[in-house]
Amino acid sequence: MGFIDSHILSLMTFLPLAGGAVILCLPKGNDNLVKIIAAVASFFPIPLAARLWFAFDQTVGGVNVANQFQFVEHYSWIPSINVEYFMGADGISMPMLVLTALISFLAVIGSWEINKQIKGYMALLLLLETGMMGVFASLDFFLFYVFWEVMLLPMYFLIGIWGGPRKEYAAIKFFLYTLLGSVLMLLVILALYFNTTNPETGGHTFNMLHYMTQSVHNAWLKDFDVRILLFLGLFIGFAIKVPLFPFHTWLPDAHVEAPTAISVILAGILLKMGTYGLMRISFPIFPDVTVWFAVPMAILGVINIVYGALCAMAQSDLKKMVAYSSVSHMGFCLLGMAALTPAGMVGASFQMFSHGMITSMLFFLVGVVYDRAHHRDIDGFGGLGAVVPVYTFFVAVAFFASLGLPGFSGFVAEAMVFIGSFPVFRTIVIVAASGIIIVAAFHLWALQRVFLGPLNPKYAQLEEINAREIFCLAPLALLTLYFGVNPMPVLNLMSTSLLKLVDVVKMVI
Amino acid sequence: MPLGNLASLSHFLPELAVTATILLLVVTHVVGKSRQSAAPALLSLAGVGAALLLTALQPSAPGKLLFEGMVALDGFAVFFKALTALATIVVIFMSMESAELADRSQAEYYIFLLSVLLGMFLLSASTDIVMLYLSLELVSIPSYLLAGYLKGEGKSTEAATKYVVFGATASGVMIYGLSLLFGLTGTTHLGEIGRALALGKATTPMFLAAVMVAVGFGYKIAAVPFHMWSPDVYEGAPTPITAFLSVGPKAAGFAILVRFFYTVFASPDAASGAWKLSSSVDWTVLFAVLSAVTMSVGNLVAINQTNVKRLLAYSSIAHAGYMLMGFVLLTPDGIKAILFYLVVYLFMNLGAFYVVILVANATRSEDIADYSGLGTRAPFAAVSFAIFLFALTGIPPFSGFIGKVYLFAEVINRGVYWLALVAAINSVVSLYYYARIIKVMFLEDPKDKSEIAVPAFPRAVLCLLAVPTLVLGVYWEPVIRVAANSVKMLVF
Repeated sequence: MGFIDSHILSLMTFLPLAGGAVILCLPKGNDNLVKIIAAVASFFPIPLAARLWFAFDQTVGGVNVANQFQFVEHYSWIPSINVEYFMGADGISMPMLVLTALISFLAVIGSWEINKQIKGYMALLLLLETGMMGVFASLDFFLFYVFWEVMLLPMYFLIGIWGGPRKEYAAIKFFLYTLLGSVLMLLVILALYFNTTNPETGGHTFNMLHYMTQSVHNAWLKDFDVRILLFLGLFIGFAIKVPLFPFHTWLPDAHVEAPTAISVILAGILLKMGTYGLMRISFPIFPDVTVWFAVPMAILGVINIVYGALCAMAQSDLKKMVAYSSVSHMGFCLLGMAALTPAGMVGASFQMFSHGMITSMLFFLVGVVYDRAHHRDIDGFGGLGAVVPVYTFFVAVAFFASLGLPGFSGFVAEAMVFIGSFPVFRTIVIVAASGIIIVAAFHLWALQRVFLGPLNPKYAQLEEINAREIFCLAPLALLTLYFGVNPMPVLNLMSTSLLKLVDVVKMVI
Repeated sequence: MPLGNLASLSHFLPELAVTATILLLVVTHVVGKSRQSAAPALLSLAGVGAALLLTALQPSAPGKLLFEGMVALDGFAVFFKALTALATIVVIFMSMESAELADRSQAEYYIFLLSVLLGMFLLSASTDIVMLYLSLELVSIPSYLLAGYLKGEGKSTEAATKYVVFGATASGVMIYGLSLLFGLTGTTHLGEIGRALALGKATTPMFLAAVMVAVGFGYKIAAVPFHMWSPDVYEGAPTPITAFLSVGPKAAGFAILVRFFYTVFASPDAASGAWKLSSSVDWTVLFAVLSAVTMSVGNLVAINQTNVKRLLAYSSIAHAGYMLMGFVLLTPDGIKAILFYLVVYLFMNLGAFYVVILVANATRSEDIADYSGLGTRAPFAAVSFAIFLFALTGIPPFSGFIGKVYLFAEVINRGVYWLALVAAINSVVSLYYYARIIKVMFLEDPKDKSEIAVPAFPRAVLCLLAVPTLVLGVYWEPVIRVAANSVKMLVF
C-alpha cells in the first residue's frame, strides 16, 4: 500500500483522466467497452476515498498549518516562479473528496443510456472528474486555479453537445459567467503572489497556506481597503460558482439544458466549489475582511434561500424547480458560514455534503421521468403514484430529504446552520426560517401535482423505474437517511478543521 | 568596439544562409522547367532549416556589434531570429499544403517569403536607424507582393493595394520621425542617440519623434489605431501569408519596438535591474493606453466577424494589445513575458491558421458557418482547432494561459492594476468569439455531412503545433529560461 498511500490524492485525481485517455484511444464502435472503462475508471476513486476516510486522523485541524495536512504530496513544478504541485487533505476537503468520488461514479452509471458520441462524452466526463478532484485536493493556488479552469472545458461541451434544445445558449452562458469569475480570481492570485513572501525561502510563493500567515503580507497587502478589494475579487469568483444572487442566472439555464448526469454533477459537486473556495481560501487569507463582510454574506445567503425558494415555487418545469431549490439550499451554506460560529460552520459544511447527495437524487429522478415522458411539465402529469409506485417512493424520499424532514441529513445540516447563526443574526435568521416554509411548500405542491390526484390517462402505461436507475438512487437515499439519523461520522470527519477555521478567522477580532 | 565588415561575416552565417538560398531560388526559377514543382519549397526548407541551426549554434554572449555598429548580435536578436525562422518553416509547410497556391509560380513565392525572413533577421538586430529603416522596408515590400500573390482575385489585389498605401504612409511618417532624431542628435546610431537625448531638453520635438516612430512600429505590429490595414489584408492574402504576417513580421515589429524604445528613450538602471526613462519622453503611459485600446478594439470588433480569417485578424490585433502590456513596464520581466508570449503565440496562431487552410482546401470557404459539424467531419482537425482557440483565449491547461499569466503578473507586480483588469475582461470577451467557432464545429449539425480527409503530412504538422501548445501549458520552465536569457539586450 506504500505507493498508493503516499500518492492517494494524485491517484484519485488522475486515474479518471487516464481512463479518459484510454477511451480516446479506442477504435470506433466499442460503445459498451467505452462505458465499462469509464465505469471502472470512475469507480477507482471510491475505494481510495474509503481508504482516505478510514486512514484520516480526525484530531488534527489543517486549515493553515502545512504539517497538519494529511496525504500530502509536495513537489516542485516550475521552480523559477515557485509553482508547486502541492496536494493535501484536511477536514474541509475530506467530505468533498468523498462526495466527488461517489457522485462521479454514479453519474457515469447514470449516463449508461447515452448513445450519441459516447466516446467523447465519457472522456469529457472523466476529465471533469479530474478537474473536480484536483480542486478539492490542491493546496497550491496556481494548481488550484488550473484545475478550476480545466473543469470549464468539459462542462461546456457536455452541456453544449449533449444538452437540451437551448444547449448552445446555456453552455456559453455558463462558460462566460464562470470565466469572468475566474479571471478576477487570477488577478487576486497574482496580487497575493507579489505581495507575500515564503517565510522559509524569502521568495514569492503560490502556496495558499503561506498566504494565511498574516505576517508574510507586505504593507500594501495590509491596507484594509486593498484587502476588501481582493476579498471581493475572490468572492465574486466563488459567488458565481455557488451561485449567489445576483450571479445565479446561468444556473437555471445550464441545469435545464444539461443532460441528467451532468446536472447531477453540476448541482452535486460544482456548486460546492464556490462555498469550498470561501472556506478554504477567502476566509483564512482575509479573516479581518471576512468578519467585516459577515453581515452582507448572511444577507446574500438569506436572499438566496427565500428568492431561490420563491423562484422554485413559480416554475412549471420540474428540472428548473429543482435547480432553483439548489439556489435556495446553497443559501444555507452561506448563512452558516457567515455566522462564523462552530455550529454554523459545521452546519454549512454538512449542508454541502448532504445537499450534494440530495440534489443528485432529485436530478436523477427528474431524468428518469423525462426519459419516459419526454417532458418535465409539472402540470402535465397527475396521479403517477398509482402507476409507478417504486419511482414515487424514491421521489418522496428525495423530496422529503430536500425539504428538510427530520431523519434526513438535510434536516441536521439546516438545523445546525440555524443554531449556529441565530445568536449572531437574529432577524436575518428569522427571515431565513420563513424560507423553509416556502421550500416545503413547493416540494409538496409539486409532489401533489405530479403523483397524486386523478391519473392522467396519457401516462397509464408509464414504465417503472429500472434496476440501473435504482442502482444510482439507492446508495444516495440510504446515505441521506443514514447520515440523517447518525451524522456523527461525517461531523467528526470535518469538525476539528472547521473549529480551527473559526478560530483562525476570529483570531483578529 | 564594433567589428569591421570582414570580421563580422563569420557572425553573420544565418543571414548568409538565407541570402544564399534566395539566390539559389532565383537560379531554380530561371532554369526550372515546371513552375509548380516542389523543388523551391524543399530548397527553402533546407535553407531556413540551416539558418535556424546556425542561429541556434551562434554564441550570443557576450554580445557583439557587427558591421561597424549597424547590427547587433545579442541574445535578443538570436531569440527573434530563431523565432522568425521557426515561423517561416511552419509557413512553408502550410504553403505546400495550400490549394490556393498550388497553381501559382512557386519559386517567386519562396523568394519573397525568404526575403521577408532576411528582413526580419536584420530588423530585430538593427542598431542604427538607417539599417532599421532598410530592414523594415525589406520586410514590407515582399510582404506587399505576397499579400497580392493571388493575381486575378479581387480580394487579394485589394489586400495588396491597401497594404501598400497604409505601409507607405506609415513608413513615411516614421522616416520623418527618424530624421527628427538625427537632426536632434547628429548621429544615426541608436545608442548614441539615446545618450545625446538624455542630455538634451528638447521635449516637444523629441516627443514628436517618438510618436512618429511609434506609428511605423505600430503599423508593423498592427496596434490600434494603425491596424486598419490588417483585417482586409489578412482576409485577402493567401492564408499561409496571413498566418505568416500575423506571427513573423509582428514578432519582428515587437523586437525593434523594444530595442528602439529601450535603447533610445531609456537606460538600464544597474541598481534595480530595471530600465528607467532617460529622457523626458514618457512613452510608457502612451503605450499603456495604446495597449488597452488595442486589445479592446481587437476583441470587440472580432465578435461580429463571420469570416474566420477576418476573425483571426482581429484576434491577432487583440494579442498585440496583450503583448504591449509587457512593453510598458520597463523591466526585464516584462520583456521576458513578451518573448514567452511570442513563442506560445507562434504555435497557437499558426496552428489555428493551419486548420483554416485544411478546411478551405476541402470546402473552398472561410465562412464560420461552413465549419458546422467539423467535429464529426474532420475530428482531428476540429479538436486541434479547439485546442488552438482555447489556448488563444488563455484557458489552462493550454500554453496561452501561461503566456497571459506572465503578462498579467508583471503588470500587477508594477501596480498598473487598471491595465490588468482591462486585459482580464478582454479575455472573457475573447472567449465569446472563439467559442462561437467551437460551437459551430461541435454543437451544430453539419450542413454537409461528407468527411474531410486530413492526410498524414498535415496531421503531423498539426501535431507539431498542438503538442507544444499543450505541453507548454503544463511544463514551461525551459522556455521561460530561454526567454529570460534572451532579454539581455546589447546596450552600448
